[in-house]
Amino acid sequence: MDPLLLSRIQFGANISFHILFPAITISLGWFLLFFKWRYNRTGDEAWMRAYFTWVKVFALSFALGVVSGVTMTFQFGTNWPGFMETVGNIAGPLLGYEVLTAFFLEAVFLGIMLFGFRKVSNRVHTLATFLVAFGTTMSAFWILALNSWMQTPAGFEMRDGVAYATDWWAVIFNPSFPYRLIHMLLASGLTAAFLVAGFSALRHLAGDRSESMWKALRTGIAVGAVLIPLQIFAGDQHGLNTLEHQPAKVAAMEANWETRSNVPLVLFALPDEAAKENRYELAIPNGASLILRHSASGVVPGLDQFEGEHPPVMPVFWAFRIMVGVGLAMLLFSWAGAFYLFRRGTLPKPLALVLVPMALSGWVGVLAGWYTTEIGRQPWLVTGVLKTADAVGPVAGGHVALTLAGYLALYAVLLVVYLGVLIHMALKAAREGDRSPSPASGDHAMSQPMQAGE
Amino acid sequence: MILDWPTLLPLIFAGLMGVSILLYVILDGFDLGIGILFTGADDAEKDTMIAAIGPFWDANETWLVLAVGLLLVAFPVAHGVILTALYLPVFVLLLGLILRGVAFDFRAKVPVHRKGRWNMLFFAGSLLAALAQGYMLGIYVLGLQQGLPAMGFALLTAICLTAAYAAMGAAWLIYKTEGALQEKAVRWLRRALVLTVAGMGAVSLATPLASPRIFDKWFAWPQMALLAPLPVVSGLLFLWLWRISGKLPAEGDAHSLKPFIALALIFAAGFGGLAYSFYPYVVPERMTIWEAAAATDSLAFILIGTAFVLPVILGYTIYAYRVFGGKAVDLSYD
Ligand code: HDD
Ligand code: HEM
Ligand code: HEM
Repeated sequence: MDPLLLSRIQFGANISFHILFPAITISLGWFLLFFKWRYNRTGDEAWMRAYFTWVKVFALSFALGVVSGVTMTFQFGTNWPGFMETVGNIAGPLLGYEVLTAFFLEAVFLGIMLFGFRKVSNRVHTLATFLVAFGTTMSAFWILALNSWMQTPAGFEMRDGVAYATDWWAVIFNPSFPYRLIHMLLASGLTAAFLVAGFSALRHLAGDRSESMWKALRTGIAVGAVLIPLQIFAGDQHGLNTLEHQPAKVAAMEANWETRSNVPLVLFALPDEAAKENRYELAIPNGASLILRHSASGVVPGLDQFEGEHPPVMPVFWAFRIMVGVGLAMLLFSWAGAFYLFRRGTLPKPLALVLVPMALSGWVGVLAGWYTTEIGRQPWLVTGVLKTADAVGPVAGGHVALTLAGYLALYAVLLVVYLGVLIHMALKAAREGDRSPSPASGDHAMSQPMQAGE
Repeated sequence: MILDWPTLLPLIFAGLMGVSILLYVILDGFDLGIGILFTGADDAEKDTMIAAIGPFWDANETWLVLAVGLLLVAFPVAHGVILTALYLPVFVLLLGLILRGVAFDFRAKVPVHRKGRWNMLFFAGSLLAALAQGYMLGIYVLGLQQGLPAMGFALLTAICLTAAYAAMGAAWLIYKTEGALQEKAVRWLRRALVLTVAGMGAVSLATPLASPRIFDKWFAWPQMALLAPLPVVSGLLFLWLWRISGKLPAEGDAHSLKPFIALALIFAAGFGGLAYSFYPYVVPERMTIWEAAAATDSLAFILIGTAFVLPVILGYTIYAYRVFGGKAVDLSYD
């Protein structure tokens, strides 16, 4: 069996599983801080209840993020030794700073945030919540700096086939980094917003009308409705940046086979690489030229310029469409939700029914986005510097196949359990509502025993 | 040897890596150990045992991430060589760490009737991770050889390290618990110590057979005299630990932290010995730390940050241990 192909599938499977959880935790941390802050300001217990519900989801997602993240650090060595040999001088320090400035911060203050409510003052507890949120965001900063550098390398020179940094500022703030960081942080915000909204909608459907459910629901919808237009704008800017630095990727995203003006925007097609054309194409005339060049006669580079050097068209084309489709669905439902919640003060049942599956829309969008980006970079691992095929290690195909099967089975089980536990938690919260004694009135009434396990 | 930056930086990073591996082994050692001891505990005790590590395990594991990170930062070539050679044990290690990490959370959140399943997985994951680490250590000590003798040696180190982790876990429980569980922990500690000492003896006997290079490094004059304190001090610490644990639990909970400290010191001594055996190799017998080192520039860039950040990390880590000092009571999410 081909170790290269298997290693790619394994890495893709691992990072795909990993990113699901950071996508939630990066911004759920800020949601928690918001709940805590509202409680500190208003003294309204419902905010604290929302906090307690979501801190559990956070803990669970965080644990999954940590264990799959630890796997990622080993993957570079076990499966892509050529990567570290060639660009280790650059990748190493960026990953090192991530550990130093982000991972320890998150991990240590997570303990205080989860278990320290009664051990430290309220103020320190709020600070711990802030530091956890800050830590996850820092971690996104560093890892995206590395990933963006792989997409659009800068600030380095090659000596004897090894990359040496010449300008660290240029390495970190490489051309695509600001776009990617903003786009990813917004994606994370949307993922958490729709998760919070969908989870609350499930409670609503189960008959829960508690104040903490409404508060979480309104927060989720409001954040989603505000972030999605920003995301669409940021995505458009990101695409223009990609056109400048990785034109082959954009050509694949648009399934544009020849360099020309008046390029249509393809809505649906089955790109055929052998024939170099699209089958069953449905397109808006001049659309792509308008979006990418802001003029109908703008010339857009096509795949013919990158003969033999461009990424596979079908997956990039479709991943991109799925991401944009998710974005449009988010726009529609968050605005509809905002209209009903804030204008009418209700949540109609059909909308609640749609919001529940939309809880996972962020995941779909994030995965589709990353697939666009990563597959669109092929055949390069580091654009213009290192080909994916040259980075793979000497491990036998059979071993890789064995571990790949192991990871896939494990991840499938964990994913099912994770979703099952989320649903279980939502229904349990719905059953209990806000009826249990409030935090002030009992000694340990509000504490959620770690062990109780129901 | 000229002391310029290209010489010094790899040394500094080898030292930092050593420190973070040592901290990892001590800190995650006790929580992996508690996972291993899960087999012998009833349901209520399991909850207390989890409470004794709840706020710490994630930060403890981060030292492993730092160690691997530093290997990758400072010795990128070695990183690839070592991890590809240890491909399957690494997989087992990760499998173990994943299982225990998620079991820790799931056991508290799944419906009650499924809790036993996740307790089981917490135990299995901890055991797998400990065994895999010991196994990797064994293979690594022998310069990443394959073959049956190397595997036999590695199995020995695997069992030895697992027993040592169990001892650490028991010692931590003596510190964090009281009553019946504490008494149980004392018994666990003594049993695990017997295993650990037997294992260490076997490893020491096997090492010269397995690696003549290491043997020569130790049994030559004057190194022998200079190194003598390491085994002597460890031996004395073991004896002292054995005596003191016989008297535990003591009046007013005296001495409850001492077993843990003694074990940590023993680990440090053993680790010092290992470091001496390896020096100057990062891949034993194949690649020295200078041959494997990253560009001086890159090392300097990350050293600056490390110098500022590491003390802060140590500071807030100690703070967190103080916040959660004292006996573990039922852990609550608040
Ligand atoms: C955009 C965000 C992002 C991306 C692309 C990645 N990660 Fe990640 N990672 C995080 C955002 C994050 C996080 C938010 O910081 C996590 C998720 C949950 C958590 O516990 O921290 C995390 C956890 C996490 C951990 C555990 C940290 C701990 O012990 O606390 C490791 C070792 C890694 N990651 C390593 C990686 C590697 C090697 C990646 C790339 C190949 C990677 N992550 C991609
Ligand atoms: C910032 C950290 C990241 C780094 C350093 C990184 C690096 C890599 C590497 C080394 C490969 C192997 C080359 C290949 O298989 O083609 C790869 C491929 C891949 N990555 Fe990433 N990646 C990162 C983030 C992500 C994220 C967050 C995702 C999210 C889903 C992702 C998805 C993928 C996929 C799907 C592939 C397979 C592409 C293919 O095989 O064609 N990557 N990436
Ligand atoms: C609807 C309008 C959107 C547009 C025009 C857009 C545009 C883009 C483009 C052009 C890329 C590829 C960048 C590159 O690799 O060079 C990308 C990547 C990505 N997108 Fe989107 N996007 C949109 C919506 C979304 C939504 C709703 C999400 C998730 C919730 C999302 C998540 C991502 C992620 C995670 C990546 C990969 C990381 C990155 O390269 O930034 N996007 N997007």
